Amino acid sequence: MISRKAAIVGIGQTAYSKASGKTELALACEAIKNAAADAGISVADIDGVVRYDGDSTAEAALTSHAGLQNLRWMSSAGYGGSAGNAVIAHAAAAITAGLATTVVCYRALNERSGKRYGRAETWIAGRARVDGSKAFRMPWGMLAPPHSYAMFARRHMIEYGTTSEQFGAVAVALRRHASRNPNAMMQKPITLEDHQSSRMIADPLHLLDCCIESDGACAVIVTTADRAKHLPNAPVLVLGAAQGTGTRAHGGIFRDSLAVAESTSTARDVYRSAGIGPSDVDVAMIYDHFTPFVIFSLEAYGLCKPGEGGPFVEGGRIEFDGELPVNTHGGNHSEAYIHGLPHVIEGVRQLRGTSTSQVDGVEIVLSCSSVAQLSAAVLLGKE
Amino acid sequence: MLEGLPGPLPDLDTQPFWDGCNEGRFLLPTCHDCGTVRWPPGPMCPACQSEQTDWVDWTGPGKVYSWTVVHHAAHPALAEQIPYIIALVEVAPSVRVLGNVIGCAPEDMRADMEVELFFEDAGEGEQLPNFRVPT
Repeated sequence: MISRKAAIVGIGQTAYSKASGKTELALACEAIKNAAADAGISVADIDGVVRYDGDSTAEAALTSHAGLQNLRWMSSAGYGGSAGNAVIAHAAAAITAGLATTVVCYRALNERSGKRYGRAETWIAGRARVDGSKAFRMPWGMLAPPHSYAMFARRHMIEYGTTSEQFGAVAVALRRHASRNPNAMMQKPITLEDHQSSRMIADPLHLLDCCIESDGACAVIVTTADRAKHLPNAPVLVLGAAQGTGTRAHGGIFRDSLAVAESTSTARDVYRSAGIGPSDVDVAMIYDHFTPFVIFSLEAYGLCKPGEGGPFVEGGRIEFDGELPVNTHGGNHSEAYIHGLPHVIEGVRQLRGTSTSQVDGVEIVLSCSSVAQLSAAVLLGKE
Repeated sequence: MLEGLPGPLPDLDTQPFWDGCNEGRFLLPTCHDCGTVRWPPGPMCPACQSEQTDWVDWTGPGKVYSWTVVHHAAHPALAEQIPYIIALVEVAPSVRVLGNVIGCAPEDMRADMEVELFFEDAGEGEQLPNFRVPT
């Protein structure tokens, strides 16, 4: 079992921006260097790497340019944001199995200045035809992420009476956290009225339900729990980790239910892996590509009852001074969209006591990501 | 059909569906052995792993499971075509296909509303399925 065998000892990031002016390789190198420095190790001490399968950079380039010259174990995890926690799960598994002792997980992307998910012409230019599940979506104008995730939001509204104002409560909370985070791209606080009057993108999703698009990179260094004791930072233990799928996940929107995030089995498995339950979670980092998914994940991970996520997020309950703080860095929504790895980094900060929206007495952090195709989660805790 | 967007690229697993469209038929891939309907079309039944597929005519009507009204043109080709409605339409229990709902004002969309199947010219002699409110 992997519980408490591996620990996060280093976190690194670049500046987050709309135009980095750097290659994705340069961003990856910078984040890895920063994470190694934070961990108090040399880049050459890193013997394992987990990349996002969609990353434009890969192992070979990192040997030449970042100095990852002693790699003996390599892996990747997929499906965009779900990889944000999956990479940590892979690293912990490899460390537990003895395949590597010090693993770096990273994500680098120029999503804003390069291929923008919200601007289909930047990635389908010149394509007269599309294959796979895209062939059953794109000819009807389902091109960008808001189009498919709006289907989930609508279905939750239909089945549970969830409201746009409740999505707005998530947006207000996330922006409040970002307003306290000097690294965040969007720091100007917003009100519920701002959310409601923001332009409609894909009804029911307003502009302020959508995450931002960013350039930047993040890296996280995981090592053995024993080795972590001899490094400068207080170790953040991987208490549990899990990945999961839904049924019929191909294409996302063709799954059985759009009102339930697919993370039901992932939630069960991550808690089982750690030997703890939802009531033990002090702070949650939830993949927030769109605000409704915070509500869906609160339900899927047992932090509130199914169908009650809408009322749950109201009244400041998920703000850093509320009952269950969520995304105290501002999340994908307002800090930066680096595919969920900043969520892990913020979870580490909460456990180190260094968040800009620090919560008192944090012992257990859940970080989870459900992107309606695959999901992944980790539970992090103190030594 | 919306104009200026990529069309479907058939492959060996999906060709029978697209061929059916060009004959004005909506053919649902259905397991020959256990009857499970699957979507999108693929090579094997996810319930029993049979590779024998029956392509069964579906003629509608279907019920709207969820929908979005797109107001932001995510591609320059859509600039003059917004707003448009994309819906998931139930064609078998818990199996839904995607299409536009033509001729319906956004504010008139309702969960479980009935829509009828029809075929539209997609250019290059191709037909694609779409949905509209019954007249």
